[in-house]
Amino acid sequence: MIKATVHVTIKESVLDPQGATVQGALHSLGFNEVESLRIGKFMEIELDTDNREEAEQRLKVMCEKLLANTVVEDYRFELEG
Amino acid sequence: MTQQTSVKEPTAEQVAEQKLYQQMGVSDTEFDLICGFLGRKPNYTEIGVFSVMWSEHCAYKNSKPLLRRFPTDGPRVLMGPGEGAGIVDIGDNQAVVFKIESHNHPSAVEPYQGAATGVGGIIRDIFSMGARPIASLNSLRFGKLESERVKYLFEHVVAGIAGYGNCIGIPTVGGEVMFDESYEGNPLVNAMCVGLIDHDKIQRGVAKGVGNPVFYVGPPTGRDGIHGATFASEELTEESEARKTAVQVGDPFMEKLVMESCLELIDSGIVLGIQDMGAAGLTCSSSEMASKAGNGLELYLDQVPQRESGMTPYEMMLSESQERMLFVVEPKDEAQAMEIFERWGVICAKVGKVTDDGRLKLFHHGELVGDMPVHALVDECPVYNKPSAVPAYYEQMEGVDTTGYNEVTDLSGALKSVLASPTVASKAWVYDQYDYMVRTSTAVRPGSDAAVVTVPGTRKALAMTTDCNSRFVYLDPEVGGKIAVSEAARNIVCSGAEPLAITDNLNFGSPEKPEIFWQMEKSVDGMATACRALETPVIGGNVSLYNENARGSIYPTPVVGMVGLVHDTDHITTQAFKQAGDVLFLLGETKAELGGSEFQYIVHGKTEGRPPALDLVIEKQLLDGVLGAIQGGLVQSAHDLSEGGLAVALAESCISGKLGADVELASNGLRNDLLLFSESQSRILLSATADNADALASKLEAAGVPVTRIGQVAATKNLTIQVDGKQVLAEEVDALRQVWEDAIPCLMN
Amino acid sequence: MKFAVLVFPGSNCDIDCFKAVEETLGEPVDYVWHTATDLSAYDCILVPGGFSYGDYLRCGAISRFAPVMNEVVKAAEQGKYVLGICNGFQILTEARLLPGALLRNESMKFRCHDTVLTVTNNETPFTLDYAKDEEIVIPIAHGEGNYYCDEATLEQLKANNQIVFQYGDNPNGSLHDIAGICNERGNVVGMMPHPERAVNELLGSTDGKKMFTSILKAWRDQHDAANIR
Repeated sequence: MIKATVHVTIKESVLDPQGATVQGALHSLGFNEVESLRIGKFMEIELDTDNREEAEQRLKVMCEKLLANTVVEDYRFELEG
Repeated sequence: MTQQTSVKEPTAEQVAEQKLYQQMGVSDTEFDLICGFLGRKPNYTEIGVFSVMWSEHCAYKNSKPLLRRFPTDGPRVLMGPGEGAGIVDIGDNQAVVFKIESHNHPSAVEPYQGAATGVGGIIRDIFSMGARPIASLNSLRFGKLESERVKYLFEHVVAGIAGYGNCIGIPTVGGEVMFDESYEGNPLVNAMCVGLIDHDKIQRGVAKGVGNPVFYVGPPTGRDGIHGATFASEELTEESEARKTAVQVGDPFMEKLVMESCLELIDSGIVLGIQDMGAAGLTCSSSEMASKAGNGLELYLDQVPQRESGMTPYEMMLSESQERMLFVVEPKDEAQAMEIFERWGVICAKVGKVTDDGRLKLFHHGELVGDMPVHALVDECPVYNKPSAVPAYYEQMEGVDTTGYNEVTDLSGALKSVLASPTVASKAWVYDQYDYMVRTSTAVRPGSDAAVVTVPGTRKALAMTTDCNSRFVYLDPEVGGKIAVSEAARNIVCSGAEPLAITDNLNFGSPEKPEIFWQMEKSVDGMATACRALETPVIGGNVSLYNENARGSIYPTPVVGMVGLVHDTDHITTQAFKQAGDVLFLLGETKAELGGSEFQYIVHGKTEGRPPALDLVIEKQLLDGVLGAIQGGLVQSAHDLSEGGLAVALAESCISGKLGADVELASNGLRNDLLLFSESQSRILLSATADNADALASKLEAAGVPVTRIGQVAATKNLTIQVDGKQVLAEEVDALRQVWEDAIPCLMN
Repeated sequence: MKFAVLVFPGSNCDIDCFKAVEETLGEPVDYVWHTATDLSAYDCILVPGGFSYGDYLRCGAISRFAPVMNEVVKAAEQGKYVLGICNGFQILTEARLLPGALLRNESMKFRCHDTVLTVTNNETPFTLDYAKDEEIVIPIAHGEGNYYCDEATLEQLKANNQIVFQYGDNPNGSLHDIAGICNERGNVVGMMPHPERAVNELLGSTDGKKMFTSILKAWRDQHDAANIR
């Protein structure tokens, strides 16, 4: 069993209205040091395999195919352990 | 009785000795009664089951004697209170199904999910009757729209209603929102759903046919909302804020699938009984279904789909996981039922069997873990006739003279202040977040007196509204109760519909307080009287008590949800002025009545005195007269006079029609500010084409309605008002519109 | 001419599209389930609005993998007419039948109201009954209708006349006020506003009718031409 975490974020070049709103809210709460804030998705996936190389390959396909829309989103993932 | 051994639950002895039942809201006397029905002490699961079945939410133990005072029958009523929702005949083998329900306490703790699951719950009530939900409405109350907390609650309640309703694809077509300090910390979120059904498709929640299998439909059960039903029957405290685990999470996508698959199942004709799992989940649905059929039920809890591991019978029976249904079919139809749910991708599991012993028996891991008489659960909860006492404030209000305030001479300024009051101001900020057009049947959108939704394939339509001016109810519960029903009827009639029936949501403080119980009693009396006079029976509803916080009780808020029948879509009428030159008529009489008015609250900062008087004979004449005139094709626009009186009604009709008006009033000895802002009842603003004006006036006079011609619709885009020939107000409609439209967005940004 | 209205789990404007075709054109129309693997009987495929798969993960992201979508791609390649409305537009972009993506509204809120659209391209099979630059009133109802594409794509859209509708008063932050676009060939259109909600006086506007009449006209023109040949 391999545990993976996938992060999907809106591309730097694309406006992230959710992030901008939360940043504004933090500023209004006095957290003026907040320079930028992006909101993304975080997914935990358990894979029924012990082959890390294969897991990485399969995760890449999952991200490209479904988990991220690469027109507007970036992704990265990590394997645990 | 077997005690669960795998988890550390208190034993039956411990429940009794440590009086653990008290934490579940069961009194000592009630506990003794339960022991009597069982012939022994209940185990932990059983006392849990009893505690929710005997809560106010399920048993109406404090309100039942009052609910009996409502008229519930009428020539059109096909089903009154008792089932998931009431049903009213609209002809041609069709009927309308509707009900309102509160989700106040969950919304106070977690506004988005609280409101969303409130919407989901009432939608299930409608489709479990076999009806196709066609529209949703709501009635919302918040504290003053000033503090961050109130804004947070308002924003997230609206988002929750939108999130659920938009996704499931049922248009949210109307409602009301009111803001007052009284609701600080205890917002009211009442959701109403309206459905359509053919007479022969009407379902009942009955577990019919001994030996028949019982099926569970919907997502797996988790530990959500355990004790939600009793939670809804307690006062809100800081502790309950910390109890967010009691709030359920909604999944509108799942509900859409459950709804479509259940409607298909019902359509197939094989269902013997079906009921949704609302408050108190599996407990309430199973025992009520058994009770209505006079049968018993066995549940095999290992078969209940479970989202979490190690769930106990107690947890499964009390979970309020959302989007779940229970139904019964004959064994021969099992496969057909399973096939439908499989195609929709919805979980369906056989979890029980109908028995003839009148008992609810629970099995877990092969052992009997609960065994209770169904009648004790459903019918034997003690009913309390609470003591009632006239509150001191009510006596004091007697002496308050609301005509004695200093006269307000800046009438333009006053009008703008009232238009900018969030209670009166445009609610577009709210309803633009709701998809009010999906299903393409919405003929009158939110923002007019009542919403109107067409009945597909016919020339008929349904008008629907929610109403309650709780300040009036507070100042005089009986009169306020009458006004709530009458105002709803006026809104329905102004839309061109015949009022059919109401559903009510009684939101009050703690019934343990005699003064609060008095408010309940009086307002129910007022509503019942009005329902009889206006021939709109009560076909169902909901009671929400213990709406209290550190500041005291909320205003008594018996919300009326009314549905009316538009006989022909040609009769559909809105409040908007239609064309310059149309003649304006004010129906009814204006008196010096400011008690509980918006003007009194906004301009004088008070809510005091007695509310406006209401004569139900006059009201009925007005409603009949106006409906007849509309159906006779004589009316261009119709608008009920409510918050803000004549001045606000004129402004709203101008704004929504994008036209002006030149108004000439006779003072008849009334001060100008009273003339414009009094909230005297039984008044409607009509417009008619110049050609029809005389015919309209004589028709209404013949019907016994006081009619005054007060001017005409103007092309100038100005609202001008003269009193006794002297101009007292002149404003650009666009200026009024801006104040009215910007008020809520400005407060929220 | 035969229409298909696709039904995904969570579609909720399927009935509205069906009714609009039935009432506006009176041509045959079927609901086609997301699991269908044959669309050869249909001349026009409507991908309706709603919240397919709850809009979970991303709007349209899961639906694009439904079996029927392979057939939609085939139909598009064959030159058949494909119209995606609201969630249908989101599905078509996820399926890469149309360029770009739909992001969350700039206001962060769901918006439901009438909008004024300009018909920027009246040469598609979906818009030929409109005049160029005609202003029409069509309602929107969406939370994620903020059209985005990169600059190169935008230039392409402009150069190929692929921008079909533009908002008068941009309600969601869409790039270049884009409300609807088509593919290069012009037979696939996606739009956030709901023309099927504007086909009846009782609903407040009839400006959406011409979309449906356009499709029928385009099909007849194509068909007649084929028959003459």
